[in-house]
Amino acid sequence: MTVATIEIVERAGTQQVQLAGDWTLATMPPPVSRLELRLRDLVAGNPGWDLRSISRLDSAAAIVLWRAWGRQWPAALAVSPQHRLLFERVETIAADGAPAPARESLAWILALGRLTLSGASHLLAMIGLLGQLILDVGYLCAQPRDIPWREFSANLYKSGAQALPVTALIGFLIGIVLSYLSALQLKTFGADVFIVNLLGISIVRELGPVLVAVLVAGRSGSAMTAQIGVMRVTEEIDALATMGVSRSQRLVLPKVLALAVAMPLLVIWCSAAGIIGGMVSANLQMNLSYGFFIDTLPRVVPVANVWIGVGKGLVFGVLIALIACHFGLRVKPNTESLSSLTTTSVVTSITVAIIVDAVFAILTRNLGIP
Amino acid sequence: MSAQPKTFPQTSPAIEIRGLCTQFGEVVIHRNINLDIEAGQMLGLVGGSGSGKTTLLREIVGLLAPSQGTVKLFGQPVLDPDPQRRRALRRRFGMLFQQGALFSALSVHDNIAFPLRELRTLDESMITDLVLLKLGMVELEARHARLMPAELSGGMIKRVALARALSLEPELLVLDEPTAGLDPDRSENFVKLLKMLQKELGFTVVMVTHDPETLAGLATRLAVLADQRLVACGTAAEVFAVDHPFIRNFFSSRRAAAAIRQGAS
Repeated sequence: MTVATIEIVERAGTQQVQLAGDWTLATMPPPVSRLELRLRDLVAGNPGWDLRSISRLDSAAAIVLWRAWGRQWPAALAVSPQHRLLFERVETIAADGAPAPARESLAWILALGRLTLSGASHLLAMIGLLGQLILDVGYLCAQPRDIPWREFSANLYKSGAQALPVTALIGFLIGIVLSYLSALQLKTFGADVFIVNLLGISIVRELGPVLVAVLVAGRSGSAMTAQIGVMRVTEEIDALATMGVSRSQRLVLPKVLALAVAMPLLVIWCSAAGIIGGMVSANLQMNLSYGFFIDTLPRVVPVANVWIGVGKGLVFGVLIALIACHFGLRVKPNTESLSSLTTTSVVTSITVAIIVDAVFAILTRNLGIP
Repeated sequence: MSAQPKTFPQTSPAIEIRGLCTQFGEVVIHRNINLDIEAGQMLGLVGGSGSGKTTLLREIVGLLAPSQGTVKLFGQPVLDPDPQRRRALRRRFGMLFQQGALFSALSVHDNIAFPLRELRTLDESMITDLVLLKLGMVELEARHARLMPAELSGGMIKRVALARALSLEPELLVLDEPTAGLDPDRSENFVKLLKMLQKELGFTVVMVTHDPETLAGLATRLAVLADQRLVACGTAAEVFAVDHPFIRNFFSSRRAAAAIRQGAS
């Protein structure tokens, strides 16, 4: 491989630029833009161009020369026919330049409209999915033989049983932190014993369900979206359909039912761990005895709070599974769509869970407060 | 300078395989394979399924290290311990994967621009010009540049993948089943396109294919893998002369033999 060279000779009063050597991506001295500028300076003198000594010319070098010439043939050019072909090819494409993406003057209004429409279409599709599930449940009540028990129990194990350690850990730690921080505040008012009320109501009614919802959305929701999404990419869902197996009955319904059963149980489990954490912390921090804590808890936290927590768990579970399956079914066969829809699925389910939690708070504001 | 066909000045063969053996656990794939491919040749690698064609191809491009033996491209070992040299060598060949292997997160333009951007010596407007040129070479239009790979048809995916493989103007093009999954008409067009580009750019071609029409249309030489060895290598006529059960079987279908004889003549 030889280096690309530029030589300027005077011949019969006119300037002649002689190019020689290999003119390729590998041999042009980087950065290429500087070479282009240098050639462009030469063009200003309107010289003749002699390219016959170039041994190799590739399209990158041809484009550099063509651009230096101002995208037109120079007045005097000597070039081998082989290389002339290359320039002719460059001429055909470079003329129209880069296709400029069409610019909309009111782009933000369009974006807003698209966002609204896509939100509406997601909502509609999710309602459709929910309706399909209700029909499926009706069908399965009539045909109990078709109930997908195996899928249901597999999902229950994956999203319920396997989530027990992490939910217990998180609940316990949050209980400790909450108890510790509240104790510091309550002490200054001499209201130490109210730690039981505070922990009981906040964990059972609010923190338990929301914590579990966030954890399950991140853990099982993302897994469900990714699983159904990959099945879309590899056409497994179409294969199921050709075998006459309903995707909503076999894929979506077991997931929704499994989370509907697992979430309330996880909520009770996580709340219990949180109360225990708070109890341990209160005992260490304020010498509140375990016996007193356990004795006081049922008196200051009406049982309605437990039902509210469990009810929230049920609703969150159904919503998380529905959202996860909905986004999974919308995955297009490429990696980008899979990753972005998995993210959207998790973000949407956490957001929806918290919105629904707020609705619950308003609707149940008169219940369970002693 | 006369208009002689454009070839790359080479002293050593484009590909030089010496004493190559491959073994996966107990399973022996290749036993002592020696193969030379001269610059400018178009070699079709043929063999039954499971005969290790694709494995050999992966060893040629350095995706897989052979158990024994060496693979040299342009006189340099493909698995050079020096990362700088290895990288430089990898810029001298392009590979067209069976499914295209386009980056699905990038548009057609960005897919073709990817190897160019990796050079870090070109500015964006230069890259855009080059991408448009490559698109023109594979007979696609500028408006296709903004499409995403998921929006392309099978034939277009192959063309874009080819444009990407050619974006650095490689001296060697490695094709894995270039026409698999294309209908006969598209496959014929793709073969024509490859042939035209080879004439224009003068690169060496190694390909694995099952399709007799593709072999006939492209390959100037054949290499036959069977029984873990290279049982024949040469022009179509030379390969036909070798008496081996696989060769007899493979070329016994009248269509295949006719197509290849026609291509060879």
